[in-house]
Amino acid sequence: MANKKKKLLQGNGACVEGAIYAGMTFYAGYPITPSTEIAEGCAKILPKLGGRFIQMEDEIASIAAIIGASITGHKAFTGTSGPGYSLMSESLGYAYMTETPIVVVNVQRGGPSTGLPTKVGQADTMQARWGTHGDYNAIAIAPSTVGECLTETIRAFNLAERFRTPVTVLLDEVMGHMREIIELPEKGDHEVFDRVKPTAKPEDFEAFEMTDNLVSPMPSYGEGYRYNVTGLTHDVHGFSTNRTDETIMKLDKLYNKIEHFKDEIFKSRVELVDDADVIFISYGTVSRAALQAMQIARKAGAKVGSIQLYTIWPFDYEMIKRATKNCKKVIVAEMNMGQICHEVQKVLDPSIKLETVQRYDGEIITPMELLEKLEEVL
Amino acid sequence: MATTEKQKSDITHKYLRPQKSFPSVWCPGCGNGIVMGAFVRVVDKLGYSKDEVAMVSGIGCTSRLPVYLDFNSLHTTHGRALAFATGVKFGQPKMKVVVITGDGDALAIGGNHFIHACRRNIDITCILINNHTYGMTGGQGSPTTPEDAISTTTPYGNVEKHFDPCDLAMAAGATYVARGTVTHYPQMEKIISAGLEHEGFSLIEIISNCHTYYGRLNRKGDAPAMLEQFKENAITTGKAKKMDEQELVGKYVIGKLHEDNVKSEFCCEYQKLIDHQKG
Amino acid sequence: MSKLLDKIEIPKDRFEIRLSGSGGQGMIFGSVVLCEAIGQSGNKSVVQSQSYGPEARGGASKADVVISDNEIYYPKAMKLDLLLAMTQESLDKYYGDLKDHGVLIIDTSLVTEIPTEEFYGIEFTRLARNEIGSIVVSNVMALGAICALTGLFTKEALTEAVLARAPRGTEERNTKAIEIGYAEALKIKKD
Repeated sequence: MANKKKKLLQGNGACVEGAIYAGMTFYAGYPITPSTEIAEGCAKILPKLGGRFIQMEDEIASIAAIIGASITGHKAFTGTSGPGYSLMSESLGYAYMTETPIVVVNVQRGGPSTGLPTKVGQADTMQARWGTHGDYNAIAIAPSTVGECLTETIRAFNLAERFRTPVTVLLDEVMGHMREIIELPEKGDHEVFDRVKPTAKPEDFEAFEMTDNLVSPMPSYGEGYRYNVTGLTHDVHGFSTNRTDETIMKLDKLYNKIEHFKDEIFKSRVELVDDADVIFISYGTVSRAALQAMQIARKAGAKVGSIQLYTIWPFDYEMIKRATKNCKKVIVAEMNMGQICHEVQKVLDPSIKLETVQRYDGEIITPMELLEKLEEVL
Repeated sequence: MATTEKQKSDITHKYLRPQKSFPSVWCPGCGNGIVMGAFVRVVDKLGYSKDEVAMVSGIGCTSRLPVYLDFNSLHTTHGRALAFATGVKFGQPKMKVVVITGDGDALAIGGNHFIHACRRNIDITCILINNHTYGMTGGQGSPTTPEDAISTTTPYGNVEKHFDPCDLAMAAGATYVARGTVTHYPQMEKIISAGLEHEGFSLIEIISNCHTYYGRLNRKGDAPAMLEQFKENAITTGKAKKMDEQELVGKYVIGKLHEDNVKSEFCCEYQKLIDHQKG
Repeated sequence: MSKLLDKIEIPKDRFEIRLSGSGGQGMIFGSVVLCEAIGQSGNKSVVQSQSYGPEARGGASKADVVISDNEIYYPKAMKLDLLLAMTQESLDKYYGDLKDHGVLIIDTSLVTEIPTEEFYGIEFTRLARNEIGSIVVSNVMALGAICALTGLFTKEALTEAVLARAPRGTEERNTKAIEIGYAEALKIKKD
């Protein structure tokens, strides 16, 4: 195999590389620490590739612009952090409702409110699932290395296009800014999924038709289909409805197009759980501390395993159940006051004790803290 | 309601969506229908294909307009139509992008997007139907509700000052600005047509009637009475020049207020940047 | 009673470096070119991280680099193998993070109170001012010293990495800074 091109990149920069690899051609955003390098990277690279970058007046406008661009056929992208992600919430809901593929990277910092702009956090995990009002289903994924920032951003675009839905990529400040040397993928190394276009004649076209996989083919504006897009609850043609049966059909479609195909979305790294007495469960940067602690503890003779979630939402309850069935205790480690630990608790066998390591002081969880917890629970 | 042969022969029927059932959400006599009719007749005259037109709107009575027409339609969140439209236009610069909005949608919740769309001078035609109130939610005060006027949220008279959308657009950098009323139909077609053909951001403000709320609360009578009042209170730009500020209180200055064909358009500028950077 | 913590040790395949000084001394720039020099010198994994934001300007500034032949799990330093301290404040702040017998490199033109005998002292700032006429290159000079003392990367790779990132017109003084740092370190290198 020929030597691949290597590059020292920040996590934020790797997201840009991944998005470009996936075919992203439109970025709209607003500067916010610690995500700004994503906007800066896109501003620099996109015009060189014939793509488009626009700095909007706020995050509300940014997500609106990428939804508009996605409807004209672009793979559209934005990056932000907590306060911006909150501002995007309403139109994120619009994208769920109108089934518009977009990718949003949230480089998490300490919160709530303005919080700790330059410090790390993972407290937007639940927001990525429940951030906008109403019933819907959501996809959120979390890389843990600079290399994965690239590959998971590609995966985010593939999922967005495959499922016609927004996808949130949850980074955190440490990952956004840390640098690693990574191999840049070449064409063909990773699958790139493009949205399915309609084959029906415009006169027979139903914009939100029910299909076998519950995802409707999506034309771009200007291609002759002239359909209606609305955030109002709508029928298969895209026209608003108050009918109970059509409302149920729409909401079930939004929910089940993900729920019924979640095996295509799940991704996790499960290490040494079979004989483990204690299993760490974590995601994002914290997983690196967990793997480190596992490695150190194993060497010292402790039977420890690790589960790292790459897909946060939908949550893989079955995998957690399976992977923890032989252990005595699990330690859920996250940089918040406890979010994913509640999901784990839902499926944990009552005989297994759930322990937590939580930090919400703007600093990363260290392997030593995990080892100390391990010592305490062993 | 059966459609008569005469109605079918009307140009508007060529552009009404066959799947979309009428009657519309609008009250009988609402000025929105007059604007809709003018818009499609202008599009027909200009010879645009239905596929190249994208109509973007936010939330409100006015914002329902695109849904009835057989173009690409994007009915978005409250106040954000111009931001969505910026994505559509910049994403597909060949499209004719039209935003249909109301005074609350464009100037209150969407005020920030309004001034920035003007500033960028992106080639979007913004038709702002100004009825001085929030119709859909039941007659609350808006940024264009005149001082002392009654609304359901200004039950003792409006103590706030109002925006002049045209002044705002000109100050923010829009390159075509005109005002009309639903009473002055031929002139309305003319300024909508000029706005669509203008390359850059154009604001077309159409003064319209909400007799159901604004009219009733302020004792302005029914729809015909309000249309009559627009006729009485409209002043052409030529006449307005000869009048002082005091004489213009409560009047609508109608016609082309501003046109700049020199300032560069956003998408064109970015295309130049692409051409240069791609080498 | 300690069961596990007594038995644990930091994996030996990690080499952890911290460059510390005050804001403006180019510690972050230094850490980035260090990573690139290591990248050019072989197939090692490297992770760089830094303290970020307003609190990183002025006062103590630090950047960490972790190097390994294997996958690097934890991205930040746990126990330093090498500490570069360009100021008294940074030495005071981070000396405790250095492992026993770790490599300590100090800018002895700025640091006077040193809590150990076991260190390499080079007057980076004074040499940069006197020999090159610019204290801005003291960080690059320190990288030359790290190169000579650790052998983690070649001098050529370092020079290439520095020149690729340094502003045009500074090639000569940067190259000279690397040479001086390298030579000074060799003079005092212990086997």
